[in-house]
Formats: sequence, C-alpha cells, structure tokens
Amino acid sequence: MTTQLGGPATQRVLPVTEPPAERSVTAAGLITKVLLLGLLVAVAVWAAFPLIAGDHWVGLGVLVTTTAGLLYLYLTPRHVPAKYLVPGTIFLIIFQIFPVLYTASTAFTNFGDGHRGSKADAVTAIQTGSVTRVPGSTEYRLRIATQGDPATGALVFLITDPATGQVQIGDAGGLRPADGNPPAGYTVLTAGQASTRSAEITDFAVPTAAGAIRSAGLSRAYEGKAVRAYDAVADAIKDTVTGKVWPADESAGAFVAADGERLAQGWKVNVGFANFTRAFTDDDVASAFLGTLIWDFVFAIGSTGGTFVFGMFCAIALQSTRMRFRGLYRILMVLPYAMPSFAMLLVWRDMFNTDFGLINNVLGIHVDWLGTPITAQFAVLLVQLWLGYPYMFLVTTGALQAIPGELTDATKVDGAGPFQSFRRVKLPLLLIALTPLLISSFAFNFNNFNAIFLTTEGGPFPADNPNSGATDLLITYTYRLAFGGSGAQYGFAAAVSIFIFMIVAVVSAVSFRRTRAQEEVYS
Amino acid sequence: MRIRTAGVFAASMLCLVGAAACGDGKDDKAAGPKASAATGELVIWADDKRSAALKPFADKFGQENGVTVKIQAISKDQQTTFLTASQQGSGPDVMVGAHDWIGNLVQNGAVDPVQLSDEQKSGIQPGALKAVTFNSQTYGVPYATENLGLIRNTELAPAAPATIEDLVATGKKLKADKKVSEILCLQSGQNGDAYHAYPLYASAGGYLFGTAADGGYDAKDLGVGKEGSIAAFEKLRALGEKGDGALKRSISPDNAIATFTGKKCAFLVSGPWATADVKKAGLKYDISAVPGFKGGKEATPFLGVQTFYVASKGKNKALAQEFVTNYVTTPELAVALYDAEPRPPALTAALEQVKAQDPDLAKWAEAGKNAIPLPAIPEMAAIWEPFGKAEAAVIGGADAKTTVAAAAKTISAQIK
Repeated sequence: MTTQLGGPATQRVLPVTEPPAERSVTAAGLITKVLLLGLLVAVAVWAAFPLIAGDHWVGLGVLVTTTAGLLYLYLTPRHVPAKYLVPGTIFLIIFQIFPVLYTASTAFTNFGDGHRGSKADAVTAIQTGSVTRVPGSTEYRLRIATQGDPATGALVFLITDPATGQVQIGDAGGLRPADGNPPAGYTVLTAGQASTRSAEITDFAVPTAAGAIRSAGLSRAYEGKAVRAYDAVADAIKDTVTGKVWPADESAGAFVAADGERLAQGWKVNVGFANFTRAFTDDDVASAFLGTLIWDFVFAIGSTGGTFVFGMFCAIALQSTRMRFRGLYRILMVLPYAMPSFAMLLVWRDMFNTDFGLINNVLGIHVDWLGTPITAQFAVLLVQLWLGYPYMFLVTTGALQAIPGELTDATKVDGAGPFQSFRRVKLPLLLIALTPLLISSFAFNFNNFNAIFLTTEGGPFPADNPNSGATDLLITYTYRLAFGGSGAQYGFAAAVSIFIFMIVAVVSAVSFRRTRAQEEVYS
Repeated sequence: MRIRTAGVFAASMLCLVGAAACGDGKDDKAAGPKASAATGELVIWADDKRSAALKPFADKFGQENGVTVKIQAISKDQQTTFLTASQQGSGPDVMVGAHDWIGNLVQNGAVDPVQLSDEQKSGIQPGALKAVTFNSQTYGVPYATENLGLIRNTELAPAAPATIEDLVATGKKLKADKKVSEILCLQSGQNGDAYHAYPLYASAGGYLFGTAADGGYDAKDLGVGKEGSIAAFEKLRALGEKGDGALKRSISPDNAIATFTGKKCAFLVSGPWATADVKKAGLKYDISAVPGFKGGKEATPFLGVQTFYVASKGKNKALAQEFVTNYVTTPELAVALYDAEPRPPALTAALEQVKAQDPDLAKWAEAGKNAIPLPAIPEMAAIWEPFGKAEAAVIGGADAKTTVAAAAKTISAQIK
C-alpha cells in the first residue's frame, strides 16, 4: 500500500518545460478590472483637486506616481507576485506605518492646547484679541460701498454718525466727508454681496487719530485700537499702552516677558526629547508609574487568563456528549458577547453602587465596591471576566473540535485519567492554536481604556494623590496627565503612547518566540 | 495579447476620462454658487437641540440678507471638534457653546472678540456679560444662563430650608420617619463633582481663584489649599458618610435626579435641566437657592452661560460678526432658544417675556442672582479633577487637611 500523502510523484514535478498557458480572460474579469482601475483613477482625480488647491505639490507627486504605478502594474501581464503584494503593502503603509510615523513626529513637538498653530497664527490672534474700542468714541452705522463692480471694485466704508446723521467715506487713506447719501458714484453693497468679500471687510481699517475704524459685522462700525502689536525686528509683542515687551521664545513656542509672564497664544515648535524625558523626570508622572505598570500587568494577565480559563472550562463542559440541550446552553453562554460592551460597562458600574446597586441589595451587604482599592480591582476583573469569557468559550470550542477524538481514545488506552489526558494532550494542542489569540487579548487588555474609564475612571484615588488611582491602567493614567489638567497635550500623549507601544511590543515578541519554540516541540 | 492589453488600456482611459469629467462636474457644482450668484455662506455649529431651534431663525437671517445659512449639529465633544476643525480650516463661522470654553479657545486663537455697543451691552444681564468677558475683552454673545438651585419635594418638606443645618435636620427627621432613604441628593460619585459641591464650598469660606485687577480671575491666586478651603472641606467631611450622611459617594450624576423623582429624598441640588424630569414624575416641588451654612457666607452657585462665538478661522467673518453681534442680541431668538430648552435667557428683555409664562424660570433666576461666573481661564481645567477627588475623599471620611494639601499640590503643578 502506498501513502496518498503528497500525491503521485510524477505530478509533483513543476511543469517548467511546458510553455506558459495563455491565461484566459473572462468578460466578467475584464469588466471588474476596468471598473476597479476606473474607480482608482476616479479616487485619484477626486483627491487631486484639494491637493492642487492647497499647493501640496509633493502630495500631488506621490498621488500621481502611485496611481501611474498601480495602473502600469495591473495593465502589464508581468510582475504577477507584485499584483498580489501591492494592495496589502499600500494598506499597511496607510493604516499602520503612517499613523506610527505621525505619532512619533508629534511626540517631538509641543502640539496641544495653546500650541496648535503656527507663529503667524499666534501673532494674528494676539493682535486681533487686543483691539479695544477707543473709550468714548462714537458707535457708527456702517454701509459698505464701491465705485466699481460690487464683486471686485475697491471697497469703501460709508460711515454714518447716528447722532448727527453725517455721512463720511472711509478708506485706507482715512475719513473724508461725503456729498450726498449715498454719495454720487458709489454703489452700496447688499449683505449678500458684501458677505462674498468677507475677508476684505474684516481686514479693512480706516485710520483715525485715535486708532482705526473697523467693522463690527456688516451694519455697525467702531473706532478701535490694537493695543498689542508684533515687532518683526525685535521678534517680540509690544503693548503700546504699558510699553511691556514679550520677546518670542522659540524653544517654548510662546511670547514670554522678562518677568516670566507668558501670553496665552503660543505656537507649535519642536521640543526634541523633552516629552520623553518628562515621562521619567516629572514627579507626578514618575511617582506612580511603577505601581500603575504592575497593576496594568495584573489587569491584562488577569483579564486574559481569567476569561481563558473560564471560557475553556465552559467549552470542555459543553463538549461532553452526555449533556442535554447543549445548543441552548451554548447560545446562552454567548449572550454577554452579543451585548454592546459600552452599555454593559455602565450597567455594571451602577450594579456596584454602594447604596443603590443590585449586588449589595441582592446580597444584603453594604460593601463600598468601587470605593476601596482591593474591591474595585476585584470588581473590574469580574466585569472583564463576564464580558470576555464568551469569546474564549467560542474560540476554545472551535479549537477543541479540531483535536481528533482518537488522541483522547489513545490516552485512555495508555491508562491516563481524564485530567492527565487533558493536561498532557488537549491543553498543549489547544495552546498552540490559541496562544496568538491570548497574546493579542493581552495586548488589547493592557490598553483597555473603556473597561476602566467607564467603570471606575481609574479610582478609587488615595486622599493624598489625585493623580493615580488603584485601577488606573497606563493608558487611563496618561490620558488624565495628557488631557486632564492643562488641556490637551498631544505631544506628551504621543510620547507616552510610544512607551506603551514598546512595552506591549516587547511582551508580544517574547511570547511569540516562546510559542514558536513550543510549536517545534509538539510538531 | 498586445491587442488585448491595448483594449484594456483604451477602456481604462475611457473610464479615466469619464471619471475626470465626473470629478470636474462635481467640482463645478461645488464652486458654482461661489462664483456665479453673489451670496455668501454662513456655517453655524451647535449641539443637537439648539441646531433644531436655530434653524428657522437662521433661515430668516439668510432670507433677509440674501445669504445661505447652514446649521450643523455637533453631538459630542463640541469644543475639541471645533478646535481641531478650525485648525484644519474646515471649521464653522459661528460656534455655539458654553462660556467656560473661552480661555482655551482664546489661547488657541480660535475665536475673535465681538464689539458690542453700549446699548447692546445694557440689554444683557450683568452676570452673563461678565462671564463672556476675558482679559477685558468680550469674546461672545450670551443667550442663556444656568445655575444650580435647590429643588425640594413640597409634600415632604413644605418650607424652604434657610441653612444647610436646617436642611439636614429636616432630612434626618424624614429619614427617621422612613419617608425617605437619603437626606440630600447632591451628586458626587466616586470621583466627586466640583461643580455641584461648589456652592457649599463657597458658603464655608472657600474660593477657587482670586480676583485680578481687571475684574477677571487671577490664576496666580489659587484658593484651594488656603485656610478657608481647609475649613470648607472640614465642613463637607462633617456632612459626609462618617458624619451626618447627607453627602454620599453613592449618589452619582446617574442616579441623583432619579432618586429625587423616586421620592427617596426630599432635596435635590441641580439645575434647570432637571426640571423636565421632575415635572414628568408628577411631584409637587419648589425651587429655591442652595442654602448656606449657618453663619457662613452665601452658597453661591456657578453661573454657566451659553454663548455664540465668532470663529477666528471662519471663511465669512464679517457675516458671522453681523449675525452674532446684531442678530443674536435680539430677544426673539433668545425666546425661541428658550422654547427649545428651558434655560433662563441672558437678555433681560427676553427673560422678562418668558418669566410670565414659566414660574420656574423666575425661581431659577432668583436662585442664581448671586451666582458667580464659572471661571473661563484655561487654568480652571486643572481644578476639576483634583477638586472633585478631594471632595469624594473627605465625603468618605479622609482627613481634610492632607487631602486639600494634595489637591492643591496637583493643581498648582498643572497651572505652573
């Protein structure tokens, strides 16, 4: 008897000597190809307009090159392996590599509240914010007019003093009296016409002795004065009333006066490794880091391990053919998985309430579940177990069915008890199949923001440290640091997320190496 | 094979041309209104409720002025969404939001000041006008106010308590008689709630920020950690779980109103947003000011002001200024927004008008007559969490002095 594995030897020889078969192209295939490539081109054209409008020539170049490359690749009969690899590679670049690089580049800046835009933006904001009405000045009525075409002609302000009814014409040269109302030769713009020239009107200023007349909307004007102005030579903001000067500090991205006072409006600058070093040197950050890290590991391992053990237990129990209504039980088991976890987390939080919660009421006890560290940690792990075991139950059921029954029978013949059979044969085989899932489950739970934020928000917090709570994961802890106290600090958040990424990557890499070693043993 | 490739290529080119034509067509349509018809476009962002209320007025404004007005509802994270979109150049011209955003919006250069005439200013309630004033500059036009008050079940507690001590005595008696299970419904939760705790904190002598020379808040003078704040937290502790049991961490934002409407407590500290639920429950209720401690200061709640902002990076700022300064300041709009959600209008004329039809409104306004504007300075962001957690800790029985010291340390580290 010959083994059928691998098939007859003659068929295994690669048909290298045969001429390559003419690949048949079906009409449907051709249409699909044309449609897909057409779609690609359409997307490219659609993406090109904003790039051209925004003068992003590098981006446009990338777009054109990529599109041309893709068209060439799928229109030429050559480069068959590339046809399969390129789509995946492009998605990898867009959805994996680009976000990682973007996060990394953000980590080196002070991007965040107060430092979102460019220096020019900050200067504009400071100057605009400092325009105040000249005390005691008249509040004018305003019409916007032109001598030319309403859409393009040079604008003037027609300014009426409500007390005297006197009309004046104002432009960049100043105010001059008008003859007639409206003055001859001028067309008054309607609100619709004026609104198309909004930017010009907003920037329009009629110089006066005390400052300048500016628009307040389209129907009123006021005499105002910008108290603060940017001096490009000194690279500083100067207050024209008090004479105070705020020189630009390029390393901090802010205008800082000699007495340390800084203007609120700053700009985005490169800060080098400051965000990274802050994670180690800042007392608030460093003091609680180790405790949080340990609990994070406990939480991730506890969540993954707990759900796996319980899920596997249920799966094995329901594997037994002696049990009736197995299908019904299986459906019931999976129910928690079918419910939206966001809502369930909030429901669980309310069930743990000391006075009104279901758990205390049913058990007739008065435990402050989320108010003391140990019980809160137990509570979040319990919630995780409830939310997570159906998944483990499902995958274990699947994996168990793939283990041949002959193996269990063979262990029986060899005299092994059920536990020994499970421990020595089934579990190792299960682990080979499930370890990648366990690793990904660990990585997910290590950063399981919702599980903590929607239940305890990281609490309870010790009375003497509102920064770090008993159930804080690294991710909730850094969220509070980066977005809690001083507004959003994206740069710092990006730096810390890189640290977290490295921790998870190391743990995963080590686990995968071990899995591979395990596979070699059992295969 | 060459012929087939050529065919595919030709077909693709056809598709390309077709797609390009489509793309062009679409772009023409988008560019059309800008180029041909002489009308500008005003884009307004607001939350879901207000978007619906604003719609008819925005349309009216559009018709009167011959412009297109678009209203977009932003359901969540309005401030962050606005900031991010502004930065990218895809933000609105007018933004509707709470006044305590101002500090952060200004430091990000996201909003422009508005120049109101003296007449317009005099039509706005002084507290509301003060709230939108930041660095001596008016940064928006207020249209509605809100503040905390004490809602009581008049069947259980007929008389409004004059002091917190009175309230606790009444509540304890009702509890002893098994008529209620809680003395007071004042939400805290496990992590505290600085906004709801503030009236008591202020009454017991605490403050958050001192007053600067220009009348605004002075971030350098932090009140948390000072003598008064420690005394105030002592008093909160005395009301807490280890004391009177009037303040409890188990009463959270999720169950405070429900516990009151379920008649499990006679007193609820909440705002105008709670009135709808209370009415629905069919309770007999009355609204009064949050009482202070006996012999203490007044229990001043925070005044929150809903505001129209002119976005700095809007595409149509002149029109936005016209809408915000000269249109939002008319009482008709304020009344319509009141109808959408019953909060006291910030315009005096509008408030007088709706007061007559809604007796609760006058009571809310009365409860908030001494309310102080919620600080809008960016430094306020540093207060919320540490203050709340300190509150939760002392309610749970922690030592007031060390707790306040830790909170003060955290806050001042973040303010810098």
